Amino acid sequence: MITDMVITYFAMPVLAISFALIFIRIARGPGLEDRVVGLDVLTSVGIAFFAVYSVFTKNSTFLDVGIILGLVSFLGTVAFSYYLERRGR
Amino acid sequence: MIADIISAALIAIGAILVLLSAIGLLKLPDIYMRMSATTKSATLGVGSILLGTAIVFWDIGIMSRGLIIISFLFLTAPVAAHMIGRAAYINKVPLWENSIVDELNKNVEDNEHVKQ
Repeated sequence: MITDMVITYFAMPVLAISFALIFIRIARGPGLEDRVVGLDVLTSVGIAFFAVYSVFTKNSTFLDVGIILGLVSFLGTVAFSYYLERRGR
Repeated sequence: MIADIISAALIAIGAILVLLSAIGLLKLPDIYMRMSATTKSATLGVGSILLGTAIVFWDIGIMSRGLIIISFLFLTAPVAAHMIGRAAYINKVPLWENSIVDELNKNVEDNEHVKQ
């Protein structure tokens, strides 16, 4: 199947490279806000990776992980930005 | 067969968009430009990958699950980006030195939400 070939030889390596680049930004980022942006994008790419992995293993249970990951990512980002707004005073 | 090709193309396009957003997050000079790269391109890429996944399985329960994730992501990503950007601006994270205009500069001190 062409989808399996695309996932194995293209989508998974590209997503892994994206993970590596985002981790470089999280480690290097000059402020705390850059790291929060990096964590937000990291969970988005994690949702994409779980979707691709559910196609790879023919097991649709991994899509539920995406739902929970999106929920926790949104709550975490909002909580972090609220804390950052209140930090200066 | 046709559904196979369509889902493969959607997953490949989504992976390319996610890679572009990661490169933009690494290379752009300013936190506001970085957020502009990530919040648009990464959301569209993840949505494209999830649509391809929903087409692969072609079952009503799994497709509705994928569409729920897509709608939730498209609803929450702008809100989260707006809150991070506002926190960064209130904490006076500097703009890129070649930026031309800062349109919020006059108004942010008079805003009652900032003042309290």
